[in-house]
Amino acid sequence: MSYILDQEQLDGIEEVLQKDLMDLGLKCVILIDMAGNIIANLDNGQVGHDVYSLAALAAGNFGAVCAMAAIIGEDDFALLFHKGKNENIHFSKVLDDFLLVTIFGNDVSLGYLRLKVDESISKISKIFETTKKV
Amino acid sequence: MAVINIRKKEVQVKIVYVGPGRGGKTTNLEYLFGAVRHRIQSDMVSIKTHGDRTLFFDFLPFDLGQIQGYMVKTQLYTVPGQVKYNATRKLVLKGVDGVVFVADSMEVMRDKNIASLENLKENLAFYDLDLYNKFPIVMQYNKRDLAEQGVPILTIETLEQDLNSKLKAPYFEASALSGHNVIATVKKAITMTVVSLQDHFT
Ligand SMILES: Nc1nc2c(ncn2[C@@H]2O[C@H](COP(=O)(O)OP(=O)(O)OP(=O)(O)O)[C@@H](O)[C@H]2O)c(=O)[nH]1
Ligand SMILES: [Mg+2]
Repeated sequence: MSYILDQEQLDGIEEVLQKDLMDLGLKCVILIDMAGNIIANLDNGQVGHDVYSLAALAAGNFGAVCAMAAIIGEDDFALLFHKGKNENIHFSKVLDDFLLVTIFGNDVSLGYLRLKVDESISKISKIFETTKKV
Repeated sequence: MAVINIRKKEVQVKIVYVGPGRGGKTTNLEYLFGAVRHRIQSDMVSIKTHGDRTLFFDFLPFDLGQIQGYMVKTQLYTVPGQVKYNATRKLVLKGVDGVVFVADSMEVMRDKNIASLENLKENLAFYDLDLYNKFPIVMQYNKRDLAEQGVPILTIETLEQDLNSKLKAPYFEASALSGHNVIATVKKAITMTVVSLQDHFT
């Protein structure tokens, strides 16, 4: 399966990611598919992360956790969170095929971030519903 | 699962190197990384054991430039070849658009090559992909250099018979260690994958 994203959809997605997430003071937001392809990628201009490697590892990591979930009889883990000393990473599933990865410092409240992540996921899901799949 | 970005005129494809353990998949990517490292910012990512066997995958972004007006961005992955790592191997194949099958030319590897191709067929079927129905795949008969050292290797006829009689995929004789035909293999795989995508769209 492949999918085509047009200008309008991409603009829509980037607008949601910018207004709902980046504007909270996040360092980096990446929307990827479960194969590790990057759909949208925003950063605050101060971090220069290797987003291609991050996307591949995030997809692999999420895939591994879901496969473990299946082995222990859990349906799925819809989100994952890794806490570091200065940087934190949050992963959430968008529909079945996509993953939203956010990277943020300790100045951002996790609770508030989760709320905003949920909001943006439902907005992005609506945009994806109009996506052409081939 | 290719992503086509109309705005940027960009296609992203995922190509996975598959084949028996120790066949030379990681060595292929290492050679390619050496060839492109001066012009890319990314690193090659390898999740491996202490003994350098692939545990999860290797990853390398590899851009071939434009094909038909579209910038083609390729993500190259290797799977772990060892039989016991099928769970992670299967995960890496998620969303695969094209495959390079790296066969080990050593005579002693004959059965392992065949079993690995069979395993690929099963893993692709898990994602509703049919290896034998126009799936983009290139065969690489690796370690041809070993003949010079007197190591018994399989003839091309035997390899073709064992692995490619039904698939009829393009093949390359290669030596991943020296780099012989490593770039030719990846170029062919990318072109085939992009062409097969176009066939889907048109
Ligand atoms: N002589 C020779 N040796 C090779 C060649 N390609 C790979 N090797 C050697 O074969 C061994 C295994 O190579 P890898 O690239 O790690 O094999 P792999 O397919 O990634 O193995 P797994 O990760 O276990 O699946 C290494 O010692 C390589 O140096 C080749 O073309 N010729
Ligand atoms: Mg390897």
